[in-house]
Amino acid sequence: MDFSLTEEQEMIRGMVREFAEKELKPKAAYHDETKEFPFEILKSLARLGLMGMNIPQEYGGSNVGTTAYSLAITEIAKGCAATAVTTSVTNMVAEVIHEFGTEEVKNKHLPKICSGEYPAGSFALTEPQAGSDAANIRTTAAKDGDSYVLNGQKSFITSGGQSGITVVWAVTDKEAKRGKGISAFVVEKGTPGFIIGKNEEKMGQRASSTNELFFEDCRIPKENLLGQEGDGFKISMMELDGGRIGIASLALGLGYAAIDYATEYAKGREQFGQPIANFQAIQWMVADSYTELDAAQLLVLRASFLKEKKLPFGKEASMAKLFASETAGRVTIKAIQILGGYGYTKEYPVERYHRDVIVTTLYEGTSEIQRHVIARSIFGRKQG
Amino acid sequence: MDFELTEAQRDIQKAAREFAEGEFDRQLALELEREHKFPWEIWKKASELGFAGIHFPEEWGGGGYGILENVLVVEEFCRVDSGIGIALSLSDFSSEIILRSGTPEQKKKFLAPLTEGKAISSGAFTEPDHGSDITLMSTQALRKGDEFIINGTKTFITNGTIADFSIVLCQSDFDVTPSYRGQCTIIVEKDRDGFEAADIGDKMGIKMTSTAELSFRDVRVPVENLVGGENRGFYQVLEFFDESRIEIAAQAVGIAQGAYERALNYAKERTQFGRKIALFQAIQHKLAEMATKIETARLLLYKAAWNFDQGRIDPKLTSMCKFYAGRVAVEVADEAIQILGGYGYTTEYEVERFYRDARITEIYEGTREIQKNTIANAILGKLK
Repeated sequence: MDFSLTEEQEMIRGMVREFAEKELKPKAAYHDETKEFPFEILKSLARLGLMGMNIPQEYGGSNVGTTAYSLAITEIAKGCAATAVTTSVTNMVAEVIHEFGTEEVKNKHLPKICSGEYPAGSFALTEPQAGSDAANIRTTAAKDGDSYVLNGQKSFITSGGQSGITVVWAVTDKEAKRGKGISAFVVEKGTPGFIIGKNEEKMGQRASSTNELFFEDCRIPKENLLGQEGDGFKISMMELDGGRIGIASLALGLGYAAIDYATEYAKGREQFGQPIANFQAIQWMVADSYTELDAAQLLVLRASFLKEKKLPFGKEASMAKLFASETAGRVTIKAIQILGGYGYTKEYPVERYHRDVIVTTLYEGTSEIQRHVIARSIFGRKQG
Repeated sequence: MDFELTEAQRDIQKAAREFAEGEFDRQLALELEREHKFPWEIWKKASELGFAGIHFPEEWGGGGYGILENVLVVEEFCRVDSGIGIALSLSDFSSEIILRSGTPEQKKKFLAPLTEGKAISSGAFTEPDHGSDITLMSTQALRKGDEFIINGTKTFITNGTIADFSIVLCQSDFDVTPSYRGQCTIIVEKDRDGFEAADIGDKMGIKMTSTAELSFRDVRVPVENLVGGENRGFYQVLEFFDESRIEIAAQAVGIAQGAYERALNYAKERTQFGRKIALFQAIQHKLAEMATKIETARLLLYKAAWNFDQGRIDPKLTSMCKFYAGRVAVEVADEAIQILGGYGYTTEYEVERFYRDARITEIYEGTREIQKNTIANAILGKLK
């Protein structure tokens, strides 16, 4: 066992921390209020090598590994969660394309993702009737000569309106058994018949775009198929497992940001003639928070380590995401409580941290789905 | 023991429910929330129907009922809409100080308009440096002939910018020990020279309710506006908390009930994995826990209200019901979001607003930490 980070990982964490402090923190409240998508910031992150962290350098990536990716997402989230989720998803889009795309697709899109020429990438899996039950999607892709023609509707698509490239799941074989007839494709922004719908009004991570997407006879070249026909379910599992490490890392960042802030506040705020940090009730809230966050981070780093070693990590990623998101939820509540009435106002960041963290128990699989995945890997598929 | 509501109480409950369901329009609520506006029209109608000041004696324009009846109204209002419910429930905020300690002239002048939809009140206790700790106020009231001259700043004042008058906790004697014996409450009308109210800005929830900073610069008020004795202020406010905390608990129980019902209905409608999600045991158990928590909180709430109406003032029970109901409201609304998944995170499905609104019930009128202090002090007595 070795709990130390490599020099490179330390360096990346330090660099991103500094960037978040200088560039993200001061603007986060503005982006929360206006829902303005952080285009410029994402470009800067791409320039720092944070958009293709698991992509080989020949495609423009920085190839620094999953642990460095996790550390970076945590630091970005301390500054701005909406930026963090966009970065996290974009990285996973690059990974999926790298893993399953043809050489042509990889050469065409990966450099644009890694360089920031595409503001973001997105995954379009969820549909109105297919949330946790992703195998129930109805969007279809019909083979027609050298093309596929897509028809259907997607919902809750992170960065759906801004991304240069979208990975879309669709049914290619209606007769196949549940989950078997689904395939994944890349669809470029601006393809005729690819229509961007409303951006949801939501509680937190407001500068992250969450779109409805429509496909109306949207024709794409057959080379845009990822893997083989019928690989869709497998690809979605790979995306979700990796994505969960990103979301868990993001939740950690919000948890740490909140309790760091509340701890400093407690040292300065006086009530009953002394700093409230002197009260045991406050001290224990802070002690519990750091203990639980550190434990959660160890789970996240374990999953990152396994993924980096190319060992099975699905259960571990689910455990990390479940525990990190729920822990960060509790910690951000405690932070509001420590600030009292001030914590409920928008003049202090802790209420935003809390609103931002809640969705981490919902997207990339709700907490309920994580428990299902964990239980299934313990009990076997039948009982799951 | 008898757990039945009286026929009159059931009628009041039913009338409040029907009024709220008929008048609290969903789209209007979203609009008021977005624009941070008080629900003036609904408040006027509610007052005309006798819901405002239902717990005031009839001679002051009230309904002649106790606070249990008020609790039933607040609960129904918040159940139908957390934002409108809270705004209406607080429209006569702090007036109970006048009701319990004021002169007949003060009651006639200030209480009746509150019941007629003609006036809004506020209570100004908190100061920037005195939140949970109100044993010494920086706001001072100096007696000069037939007037008090008030100077100071109050913050987090509910209804601050819309109230016609405010009951202001002041230090009138700085030499007495303990310091809280030198405090009094004074009614200050909004048009007094030197008085200003400014909204503190955006906050996490209760956006239809104004929360303001009040400043007093040589504000002259006639001695007739002094409520009770010159050294009674601190005690009046503490006694008021025994009653106001019950009302906050009623908000919390109503919010919990409203969030629970929305989740229940959604679970019965939403299909995933080929069946209604209400058929999954994990969802069933969530609903079972939510219902149990609400029932427990409601029993504490009704007992505290009933006790108060019997003339038994029990700060321990009041704090228990406020602390517990607030916790339940947050936990239940949190689970409601979880049951609705991604939809729960959007503004459209309301439960995220119930959650944000629930959060204040653990902060205002004494944070949950202060409630625990009160409970612990009552259980342990004075320790050496």
